[in-house]
Amino acid sequence: MSEKVLMKGNEALAEAAIRAGCHHFFGYPITPQTELAAHMSKRMPKIGGTYLQAESEIAAINMVLGASAAGIRAMTSSSSPGISLKGEGISYMAGSDLPALIINVQRGGPGLGGIQPSQADYWQATKATGHGDFQLLVYAPSTVQEMVDLVSDAFDTADKYRMPAMILADGMLGQMMEPVVLPEEGAKKPVEKPWAASGHDGKRTHNIINSLYLTPDKLEELVKERFERYETVKKNEQRVEEYLVDDAELVIVAYGASSRVSRGAVNKAREKGLKVGLIRPISLWPFPVDALRKAAGHVKQMLVVEMSMGQMVDDVKLSIDCRVPVHFYGRTGGMIPAPAEILGEVEKLLK
Amino acid sequence: MKDLNMVFAGFGGQGVLFAGKVAAYAGLLENKEISWLPSYGPEMRGGTANCSVCISDEPIGSPLVTAPNVLVAMNLPSLDKFINAVEPGGTVILDSSLIDKKVERTDINVYYVPSSTLAEENGVSGLANMILIGKLFHEVCMAEGDYGFCKEETLDKAIQKCIPARKADMLEFNRKAVKLGAEQ
Repeated sequence: MSEKVLMKGNEALAEAAIRAGCHHFFGYPITPQTELAAHMSKRMPKIGGTYLQAESEIAAINMVLGASAAGIRAMTSSSSPGISLKGEGISYMAGSDLPALIINVQRGGPGLGGIQPSQADYWQATKATGHGDFQLLVYAPSTVQEMVDLVSDAFDTADKYRMPAMILADGMLGQMMEPVVLPEEGAKKPVEKPWAASGHDGKRTHNIINSLYLTPDKLEELVKERFERYETVKKNEQRVEEYLVDDAELVIVAYGASSRVSRGAVNKAREKGLKVGLIRPISLWPFPVDALRKAAGHVKQMLVVEMSMGQMVDDVKLSIDCRVPVHFYGRTGGMIPAPAEILGEVEKLLK
Repeated sequence: MKDLNMVFAGFGGQGVLFAGKVAAYAGLLENKEISWLPSYGPEMRGGTANCSVCISDEPIGSPLVTAPNVLVAMNLPSLDKFINAVEPGGTVILDSSLIDKKVERTDINVYYVPSSTLAEENGVSGLANMILIGKLFHEVCMAEGDYGFCKEETLDKAIQKCIPARKADMLEFNRKAVKLGAEQ
């Protein structure tokens, strides 16, 4: 096993992508994500890859589209306002069945907002990244090590189902350093992509990568076919971590940065003899409905904690058909809740 | 060990983020759970900078330290900002050559180290941060007690890990600064 090193989340995401065989990065700087692009700019020339700082976010995502269409493992990264700009290109990629990795190191919004950590792009990531009927794979790491592990998995799953994947991180995870073990460099073999527009030497009919279908019945058929694929994804790709859920009367549901704070609150609650657990969605799409339904069978209530005004809370309610009361606690605008605040909410609910 | 929740704060350029990184690396090398979180707001672009460092036997929840049990302060605005947040019984180590104020709280341990002056006088100018690290490790991290987690040679290894190869000639100066701090 390789050595444990101390790395910033942003740098770890970049290095993990390189080691997952991504040698083509197209980006545009924005706080709090910039170290990711900076790391790519240092590393890519050394391994014969591409680091390209585009003229805008829109250009960068369309370069990813082009690279992916040619069968290349490609990625881009940005933070909230930049992801909004990429929305159009992401929709085009989904409509063209192209895999790629998009990283969002979220900051406070709306508008230019602020540069401190936030989770207010949940709706955007899971429901409305761009126009049209489509989904992205969305992963929410909560540690720097998990960021590393999920990068590789996100690329592989995106290739498997031919759809774009997003890692939804935030400024706290991007900026913090934790020990990580990185996978070996060069261990990852490229995936065969017979659908790619990468030249055919006259040996087969040419492949067309396209999202324009002017005949409605043809377009409907394609979208329906894509949604059948999404059903398989929903069945096979749910990811979740459960912590002290079995005997819990109340479970906190939180992802990413807020799940770390919530875990601290769960530990403090347990010290006080309160039966509290944590469900941490790792895949936000597909949402881990199975774990939530199971928990709804024995817990009395749920508390969703987010660094937003409450977005994932909708999916929690839908997952369990409101079988138990679902409460919400959130901070927004770049504020990070303290464990004591969350514990206060838990104690109020258990009174 | 008991959880160490530390804040390192000062002006940009004084090396508070570096000092925090050294402490974090020492934790890593001692097989502890650790986290390091910098301030990255407008304050980084001139003005005060700080970082939170957590060292624990258990996985770290929030890496943001709001109630530190160790505060290393390298200027007055940083001391003023964090002094009331320090947990009772906590430790404060400050650069007394830049902060000419005494701490009024009596429920915490305060060490006044004239680190900037000491650095100038001993040919290690710019390494006031490492003088304070020397003091911190001598009094807390390498001391007997709830918060002692580190061996002397581990600190030295941590410093080696944090100094980039192109600045390898700085290692001896850093060692000297740490030793100076420990002797205060």
